[in-house]
Amino acid sequence: MTPRDTSAPPVELAAARETAALPALAVRHLTVAYHESPVLWDVSWTTPAAGLIAIVGPNGAGKSTLIRASLGLVPKVSGQALFFGQPLSAVRARVGYLPQRSSVDWDFPASALDVVCMGRYRLHGWIGPLGRRHREAARAALAEVGMADYADRQIGQLSGGQQQRVFLARALAQDADLYLMDEPFAGVDAATERTIIEVLRILARAGKAVVAVHHDLATAPDYFDHVLILNGRLVGAGPMDSVFTPENLQRAYGGRLALLDQAIEAAARAAAGRRDAQA
Amino acid sequence: MTGLDLETFLRIDLPGGLSAMLACLACGVLGNFLVLRKQSLMGDALSHAVLPGLVAGFLVSGSRSTGPMMLGAIAAALLATVLIQAARRLARLESGAAMGVVFSILFALGLVMLEQSHARDVDLDVDCVLSGQLETILWLAASGWGSLADPAALAELPRQLVALAGMNLAVALFVAIFWRALKLTSFDPDFATALGFRAHRFELVLMLLIAAACVAAFEAVGSILVIAMLICPAATARLLTDRYGVQMALAAGISAATG
Amino acid sequence: MGAHDAAEIPEALGSFLAALSLGLGFNATVVVIGTTLLGLAAGAVGAFMLLRKRALMSDALSHATLPGVALAFLLGVALETDPRALPLLLAGATATSVLGVLAVQGITRASRIREDAAIGIVLSVFFGFGVVLLSYIQALPQGGQAGLKTFILGQTAAMRVPDAELIGAVALCALLVCALLYHPFRLVCFDADYGRVVGLPVTLVDLALMGLIVVVTVIGLKAVGLIMVVALVIVPAAAARFWTERMARFVPLSALFGGVAGWIGAARSASLPRLPAGAVIVLVAGVVFVLSFLFAPARGVLADAWRRLRLRLVTVRDHFLRAAFEQLEAAGTGAAGSFALADIAEDRGWSARHAGWIARWMAARGFAAHLPDGRMHLTPTGREAAQRVTRAHRLWEQLLLVQGAGRIGQAHRSADLVEHVLSPAMVAALEAELAARGATAQPMPPAPERSRQP
Repeated sequence: MTPRDTSAPPVELAAARETAALPALAVRHLTVAYHESPVLWDVSWTTPAAGLIAIVGPNGAGKSTLIRASLGLVPKVSGQALFFGQPLSAVRARVGYLPQRSSVDWDFPASALDVVCMGRYRLHGWIGPLGRRHREAARAALAEVGMADYADRQIGQLSGGQQQRVFLARALAQDADLYLMDEPFAGVDAATERTIIEVLRILARAGKAVVAVHHDLATAPDYFDHVLILNGRLVGAGPMDSVFTPENLQRAYGGRLALLDQAIEAAARAAAGRRDAQA
Repeated sequence: MTGLDLETFLRIDLPGGLSAMLACLACGVLGNFLVLRKQSLMGDALSHAVLPGLVAGFLVSGSRSTGPMMLGAIAAALLATVLIQAARRLARLESGAAMGVVFSILFALGLVMLEQSHARDVDLDVDCVLSGQLETILWLAASGWGSLADPAALAELPRQLVALAGMNLAVALFVAIFWRALKLTSFDPDFATALGFRAHRFELVLMLLIAAACVAAFEAVGSILVIAMLICPAATARLLTDRYGVQMALAAGISAATG
Repeated sequence: MGAHDAAEIPEALGSFLAALSLGLGFNATVVVIGTTLLGLAAGAVGAFMLLRKRALMSDALSHATLPGVALAFLLGVALETDPRALPLLLAGATATSVLGVLAVQGITRASRIREDAAIGIVLSVFFGFGVVLLSYIQALPQGGQAGLKTFILGQTAAMRVPDAELIGAVALCALLVCALLYHPFRLVCFDADYGRVVGLPVTLVDLALMGLIVVVTVIGLKAVGLIMVVALVIVPAAAARFWTERMARFVPLSALFGGVAGWIGAARSASLPRLPAGAVIVLVAGVVFVLSFLFAPARGVLADAWRRLRLRLVTVRDHFLRAAFEQLEAAGTGAAGSFALADIAEDRGWSARHAGWIARWMAARGFAAHLPDGRMHLTPTGREAAQRVTRAHRLWEQLLLVQGAGRIGQAHRSADLVEHVLSPAMVAALEAELAARGATAQPMPPAPERSRQP
């Protein structure tokens, strides 16, 4: 068994990429705690500049927290997140976001088109009526996810899958280079799942990066090129075929945090033992 | 303590102080369930919404006796609770908005009724409902410690004090009998319904009791301060403990001490 | 109304109508206009507050104005200016209501007390302090005529022209801000997190919204009083919500309702000074609310009930027709044959009484008729309808099976749920969908084999 270096030094990695393309998202020593218990512990991670990237891990592993903390939606205890090598405030126009579906009030008086138009606010400016150009862009985004016929429907009257497509359309309307998506496939029907993954592949081909929290381990290798395995701490990150291995998954899902710590310690002892033997 | 001092104490200080304490106790205990149910403002809503009931009770009976006004207030509280539920379910309003709509309209109705009636010329007025008049609760029949055992003098006890004492008894009985049911329905009404509890009907009973406690406490402290008495002890206790039983005991203790 | 003489009422009515047409003299007209503008602004701001789920925040801060009013009065006395000047009193009200908002936010952030409890605490503590100050003022030599109590219940009759002008001007400014910040407000109300990600200064926008609600509450004090100003904010918005699912219509409609309440309420109490203006304004808004609640076509209760009733009737009708069709099909007697009502009742699980009612209704609608021998048959109209309903049901079933929906029983139940809402256009789409999947849509697809066991 070859010891896999999962915590590849992110600084060097980033430096290596600086010459080619800046990483879409680079997280440095991110620690997040709710009340006193840490949810994310010292996670350092760099995504490629483009491609489809999955975040997987058991419940409570901090997958959504990683996205939300990177976007500054939950306070960080320490660490930072850089988008295209810069803090978020400098590159907001290049970052799109698809929140968890449960986070909004579905009884809100807004049509599907209204919601997608919100994706254009940044490009349009905050004040004054939205111009025709932006409305057209919003309609195009709705059409792209197959929801053109539902533009005037109140969002609460849509099915779960349709609601998710509307939110995907809103993210598309932002015309961003990096999309952060919190469980885009949660609770959607098969047809919507196919639509979403098709849209994601089109984005990837256009050179954009998509980071998505993903629950279904069975489909992860088909849908995504890169993966981050998380369990409070970083378990593994990198190209799908080299990181998405049984041992890594065992480490992430096999036990809770205490067990995981033991496993990491055991692995460290074994590695140290081998080094001694070699010396 | 001289005889005169004792008499003053028994006539003026004791009834007032006791009323305040009893009012705080009843409200503090019931307020727990409001805070635990995240419906703290129900006290606010009910204490305003009973106004038309009070006025109606007064108009029907023509006097300020506790009975009819209490009945009117309880009827108005029932109406308000049902309307708030209806506004939440049928009108799909968020609970704060539902309360705001219902209580403000009922309060306005009560005010107009008050103005249109002759109530104003007698001695029912909004100020009394809003701010309370603790100093008017007197036990004039008291002459010494002996009065405490004298049935004739006891019969002259201020009616507010009697109402409050009865209220406390009712609250204590209610909480003792439905201890676990209250806990369950406060925590997870849907689960309680699934177990076969009539959670909604139970909530209605709780709201009625709160309305009755509010009305009984009005005259001591006024309707706005009733809200404080409902929420503050429970909220303080919530900060001090995570245990349900301890929470109840603490809230009761805090409110009695404040009173 | 018992307090009024018979002769007084027509006169009161006359001046009420005159005030509605703004012909009640200069002073009353200015007051009515000011109150109308106040209603418009409160309605608009209230619409956003309702969606932000902060409706009762206005209750907390309106109660928190009382100590401010009292303190401003005392300051006025100390500085030997006119302690009853409205700008001074409103400045005091603003100061303590802002303090109240900050207290609510501080309590919820710093402790585990939830917002509703925090609102209750702030509301009662501030108000209690205000009452104490008021009773102190009452004892002052200048206090007797202070009239500060009108702030509790409101009184448009006590409003002077400069007061109304001030209120109207501030309300206009609030309306303007609402129009300018419409998009940011909407985004913050709908999905604040998303707003934050796309760079909206959410805290600042929230602060602006809070500022507006403070402004509206404070200028509403004189007219409506601090206890009922919350109604001016919530009730028009809650009423407007019944009429539309579109934000762009909801906010103006809410403002309109608020304006109407302010207008009629102020006019009414201008003609009948004994009526407390605040209560009248709130009751007008309440009437608008109840009418909307009952009769609004979009979300009103009656419209809802009517839609549900119609769906139920359509469902029962379709079930009856399909059951009859399948009975005839099984008997092989052709569409013109007869069937027993009891068989249909058994098939659908209806009680005999229930089935009797349905049969009578179907006969009345001309779909079926009773035969002399006690059995029933379908009329030509009924046959056509039964044919159409059964076909839609079976096409849907077929599509689900082609798509691979588990067992036949599941497909049947699902088709049961959906057939009643299939329009001819959707049936055509179904046919196309089936054709695309290589299954032909027959004139009447056969009933799939239905296994009785799960």
